[in-house]
Amino acid sequence: MTRKPFILQSPSILVVLAVLAVFTVAVTVLSHAYGSGVIPTSTVKVFGMTLCLALAAVAMDLVWGYLGILSLGQMAFFALGGYMIGQWLMYARTESIVAVQLAQSPIPPTALELQEAVANQIFGVVGSADLPLVWSFAHSLPLQMLLVVVVPGLLALVFGWLAFRSRVNGVYLSILTQAMTLALALWLFQNDSGFRGNNGLSGLQNLPGLEGVDQATLSVWFLWASAAALGVFYLLAAWVVSGKFGSVIRAIRDDETRVRFLGYPVEGFKLVVFTLAAMITAVAGALYYPQAGIINPAELMPIASIYLAVWVAIGGRGRLYGAVIGAVVVSLLSSWFTGGRAPDLNLGVYVVNWVDWWQVALGLSFVLVTLFAPKGIAGIFDRLAGVMPPSRRGLDLGADQGALQEQEAKA
Amino acid sequence: MSALLEVSGISKSFDGFKAINNLSFSINAVELRAVIGPNGAGKTTFMDIVTGKTTPDDGEVRFGENGRSLLKMNEAQIARAGIGRKFQRPTVFEDQTVADNLTMALKADRNPFAVLGWRPSRKSQARVLALADEVGLSAQLTRRAGELSHGQKQWLEIGMLLASAPRLLLVDEPAAGMTLAEREQTTTLLCKLAETRAVVVVEHDMDFVRRLNCKVTVLHQGSVLAEGSLDHVTRNPNVIDVYLGR
Repeated sequence: MTRKPFILQSPSILVVLAVLAVFTVAVTVLSHAYGSGVIPTSTVKVFGMTLCLALAAVAMDLVWGYLGILSLGQMAFFALGGYMIGQWLMYARTESIVAVQLAQSPIPPTALELQEAVANQIFGVVGSADLPLVWSFAHSLPLQMLLVVVVPGLLALVFGWLAFRSRVNGVYLSILTQAMTLALALWLFQNDSGFRGNNGLSGLQNLPGLEGVDQATLSVWFLWASAAALGVFYLLAAWVVSGKFGSVIRAIRDDETRVRFLGYPVEGFKLVVFTLAAMITAVAGALYYPQAGIINPAELMPIASIYLAVWVAIGGRGRLYGAVIGAVVVSLLSSWFTGGRAPDLNLGVYVVNWVDWWQVALGLSFVLVTLFAPKGIAGIFDRLAGVMPPSRRGLDLGADQGALQEQEAKA
Repeated sequence: MSALLEVSGISKSFDGFKAINNLSFSINAVELRAVIGPNGAGKTTFMDIVTGKTTPDDGEVRFGENGRSLLKMNEAQIARAGIGRKFQRPTVFEDQTVADNLTMALKADRNPFAVLGWRPSRKSQARVLALADEVGLSAQLTRRAGELSHGQKQWLEIGMLLASAPRLLLVDEPAAGMTLAEREQTTTLLCKLAETRAVVVVEHDMDFVRRLNCKVTVLHQGSVLAEGSLDHVTRNPNVIDVYLGR
């Protein structure tokens, strides 16, 4: 029972950070912008986006693996983060383009004229020329960056407070979270929601003020930023689950009622974790969409959040590195198999075309992992480290399920 | 001496069935009390009401010197006010070590942010060691609670109750599934605990209650049928009729 800094309590934290650093350096020296150019810019972007997805998975693991809430609306926070940063990206870029155009007119434009021209340019596509109220802060990068964490955080806080206070649990809570993200998506799909309806926000890969920097360089910068965010928030998440707080949230996952009788305000703990996870997810989203270049309401459809849950399940719930591994492995495999580059599998009687069959394979592996390896890929590391659950096969020797089993008694 | 817990005239019905019917009960700050009654007498509902799990339709529950009403408080607040509950089935957190289980139960600020910043101190570690020693689990501190035997889990849960130092302890059928030796150990522990606090033992094993040698409250159909020493209540014709006669 000696006290160790939390970083040293489990070697996994240092291993993850080291692997992340090596990966980032390796991609950098192989990139077009800073090295040999072996890795094309589009692949650097895929890597950067994958790191963002891994960060979202870490947050999902906090909520699901540690707190026990299977949130099927986690990607709503991811997309909201993307929308918030996208507003500034789109506004500032449009403003610079429009300003150049208007400068050619005989009378220099007023600030109001400029704003109207920007609004016309952005919202012409949905038949509107006014800047909606939700774009009030779009001119300011610091404000929109603040909104990246504030808006999803507030949504999580209010939603969580309502749901947890009513003690909605288990599958009902999962359905509620799914309904939340679906409702949000349907609202965003409307043209008058103020977020350009199903067109979404586009051109996000161009950073205003950095027109002179090419995409090859930008992609590496975003890779660095994504890796830094993953590193920092991985540390934060590891710290949160390391001490008594981690103990309490795992206890809530296993037996919420008992934790209440120990005097812990269960709802408060759930709110803290849920809101923190939403904010982390939003940061991941804000870094993801500038690399993807476009965001639209389809990103909020429940299926995206279900994928996130599948990654965490395959990687290993309740292990932060498991979430990272799951997200990286499965999302990279997904893009490889669905990208049409995977060779077809010739079974003799039938040729498996991976573009069509990948979803089936993924679904099947999810079922198999749930049934046979509930700890996912991380379970392999547990096994290597010798952390084994006691074998509980054999006859009961005592009064109830917790009683000593035949085999344990022999040992 | 004023009562620590004062339950007056509570009623609770579930779908028309009166589980608790105008029940009144009080216990002093230092007292051991056994509550007995046949199945369906309302023992568990009574505990649920005191610990905040169930809200009564009618009546009043007051706790402590200031007579604070418990009805407006939730389970966690009641637990923090000093009422501990031991369930019939041992409920420990099986995925975590014995030390973690005990640490979680230690008396400390329960606010999420305070818990987030909490780190073990020399004092807290010493307390965990002392508690583990007291319940005979000092050799198991780093084992996961799920690996313990049934009896050890019971003791771990008792250790967790001791850690939170409640002023009133509600114990649900402590003797269930215990061997004779374990029962004697449990009896000794309960009597010792009752020297410094109020302990309510809900039990329907008459032999066990006799060992406790304390005041007995007999429940029947949701209200108090008789109260007094065990010999006194066992002579009560009503009690013989509804409970002991069977």
